[in-house]
Amino acid sequence: MPAVTPLCHHGRGRPTRSDPIASTASPLARSVRLSRSSTDRVLTGAAGGLGERLAVDPIFVRVAFAVLTLAGGMGVLAYLLVWAVSEEPPHSPAASPPRRPTSTSTTAFGLVVLGLLLVLRDLGLWFGNGLVWPAALAAAGSAVIWTRSDDAERARWSRLAAGGGPLGVLFVPGRISWVRMGAGALLVAVGMASFLDRAPGLLLAVGVTLLGTVLVLGPWIARLGRQVSDERRERIRSEERAEVAAHLHDSVLQTLALIQRTTEPGEMVALARGQERELRAWLYGRRGPPDADLLSTALEGIAGRAEEHHHVKVEVVVVGDGPLDERSAAVLRAVGEAVTNAAAHSGADIVQVFVEVGPSTISAYVTDEGAGFTLAEVPDDRRGIADSIVGRIGRYGGSATITSEPGEGTEVHLTVPRHHP
Amino acid sequence: MTTERTRVFLVDDHALFLSGVRSELAAEFDIVGAASDVDAAMAGIRRTAPHVVLLDVHMPGGGGRTVIEGVAPTHPDVRFLALSVSDAAEDVIAVVRAGARGYVTKTIAPAELAGAIRRVRDGDAVFSPRLAGFVLDAFSGEGPQPSDPELDALTAREREVLRHIARGLAYKQIARRLDISVKTVETHVSSVLRKLQLSSRYELTRWATDRRLV
Repeated sequence: MPAVTPLCHHGRGRPTRSDPIASTASPLARSVRLSRSSTDRVLTGAAGGLGERLAVDPIFVRVAFAVLTLAGGMGVLAYLLVWAVSEEPPHSPAASPPRRPTSTSTTAFGLVVLGLLLVLRDLGLWFGNGLVWPAALAAAGSAVIWTRSDDAERARWSRLAAGGGPLGVLFVPGRISWVRMGAGALLVAVGMASFLDRAPGLLLAVGVTLLGTVLVLGPWIARLGRQVSDERRERIRSEERAEVAAHLHDSVLQTLALIQRTTEPGEMVALARGQERELRAWLYGRRGPPDADLLSTALEGIAGRAEEHHHVKVEVVVVGDGPLDERSAAVLRAVGEAVTNAAAHSGADIVQVFVEVGPSTISAYVTDEGAGFTLAEVPDDRRGIADSIVGRIGRYGGSATITSEPGEGTEVHLTVPRHHP
Repeated sequence: MTTERTRVFLVDDHALFLSGVRSELAAEFDIVGAASDVDAAMAGIRRTAPHVVLLDVHMPGGGGRTVIEGVAPTHPDVRFLALSVSDAAEDVIAVVRAGARGYVTKTIAPAELAGAIRRVRDGDAVFSPRLAGFVLDAFSGEGPQPSDPELDALTAREREVLRHIARGLAYKQIARRLDISVKTVETHVSSVLRKLQLSSRYELTRWATDRRLV
C-alpha cells in the first residue's frame, strides 16, 4: 500500500483556509462587499458567501434560512434579500479566501437566529410551537453534526486513513469530535421526541427516526464515500506508474545490463538499436497491442528482426500506409527476403527500405551501398533468392528489378498493382 | 565552395551528447559555443553569430523551435540544422516550418553529420530519408482548397527527387540517375523546403495529428 499524501485530503471540498496574509489582504473591501461563494454553493452560493463573510460554517446559515422559513416563510424572504444584495463571486477563487469559522461567531449567529425566531413569534408570523421548536432543535443538532471538521481533525483523518484504509475512517473521530457528535445527536433526538410527543403516529415515528439516523450517520457515510473514491484514484495512478516501471524494467534496464556484459562492439550496437526501435514504438506508437494488420507495422517488424540477426541498421520509410491484404503481404515477404539478402551479403552498414502505397500500385525499394555484384556472375544460391522474389511478385502481375554493380551497391525495386488488372 | 572555416554553435541539453558531437566535429569546424537551454542558446548565438546552429528539438524552456523563432528575425544569416532522437512527424514538421534548413536524427554517422552541416552552411536543405517520406505523405492527395497552387503542390520532378532521397540515395547518385546536375538536385530540395515552410496547405497541419490517429 503506497503512502497517501495528506495533501490530497486537505485539499478536498473547499480551498484551504490557512493563508492569513491573503485573508487580511483588503479589509475595507471585504467589510463593504458581500459576494456569493463560487466554491460552496447549493442554490446560488448566497448562504456560502454569507457564512464565509460572518465566519460561520455555511451549514448553519442554510439551517437558519430553513428554520426561519417555518416561522411564517421569513427564511425565503431573508434568502432572497441576501441574494439580492450580494454580488457574483470573483472569477479567481484565490481572490477572496474564505474566513475560518470560529465558535464565537457561530454562537453569536445562533443567538441572532433565536432572537429573530422569538420576534417573529411575537409578531404572529408563526406556524405553531409544536412545529417550529422541535424542527429548530433538530436542525441545529444536525448542523452541529454536519459542520465541517476543523483542520486538526482533518489531519487526523488523513493520517488514520493512510494507515487503516477505508475501514479506519469509522473509528476516527477524536474527543472533540465525539463531544460535538454527542451534542448534535442529543439535539436531534430531543427535537424529534418533542415533535413526536405532540403528533403521535406509527408511520410518522418510523419516518422521523429514519430521518434522525440519516442526520446523525450521514457525515460518516459521506466521508467514507469520499475516502473510497480518493483511494481508487490513488490506486489507478500507482498502477499506471507500476506499468511504466515494469515496461522499462523488462526492456531498457535489461538491455542496459546486457550491453554492460557484452565485450563485442557489434553486439552492443545491435542491442542498442533493437532497444531504441522498441522504445520508440512504445513511446510514439499506438497504445495497446501493436496493430499487426498495417503494412508499416509489419515492415518495422521485418526490419527489427533483420537488425537483430545481421547487426546492420535497417531504416524503413513508408508513404501512404495501408492494410495488410494478399498483395501487400506479397510485397512484404519479397521486401523481407531482399532485406535479409542485403543484410547478410552486401556488407553495408545501412539497408534502406522505402515503400510507397499509391492509389493503384505498391512500390518498394530495398537499397544498400554494399559490395554489389554482377548479375550474370551470381552464384546459384543467391540466384535462387532473386528468382523467388521475381516469381512471387510476378504472380500478382507485378515486376521486380534488381540493379547492382560491383562496388556500387544493390537496389531491388518491386511494383505490384493493388487490384486485379 | 567556402574557404573560411565554418563556425558551428551546438545546442543540446544532454551534456554527454554535446561533448561527443564536439569532439567529432572539432577537426573540421570551429565550435564557437554550446548551450544547454533556450535562453543561453539565444544569447550565445546572438553573441557568436555562427554560420550553422546544430539545434536539439527537445529542451526545457520551449525547445528548438523557440530558439529559431527568437533568433531568426534579428540574425537572418544564421542557419539551423535540427537534431533530435525523436522521429515523430509533428516534431520534424514543426521545427522545419519554424525555419530549420534540415532535420537529422541523433543516430546519424559522424561523417554524414559533417556533410549535412556543410550543406546547410552553403544554404542548401538537408533531407533525411525519413523527412523525405514525411513530406511525400504531407503533400500527397488533393488539398481541399489550394490557396496558392505554386506552394501547395510538389512538381513531378520534386516528387521524383524526394522518392530517391527516401530510398537512401545521396544527391550525387540522384543526379546521375535522373541525368541532372547535383546543383539541380539541390535546387529541387530547397524548393521543397520552401514549400514545406510556406505552404498553408491544410493537410500540413492536420496530417501530423492524423498520422497518430489513423
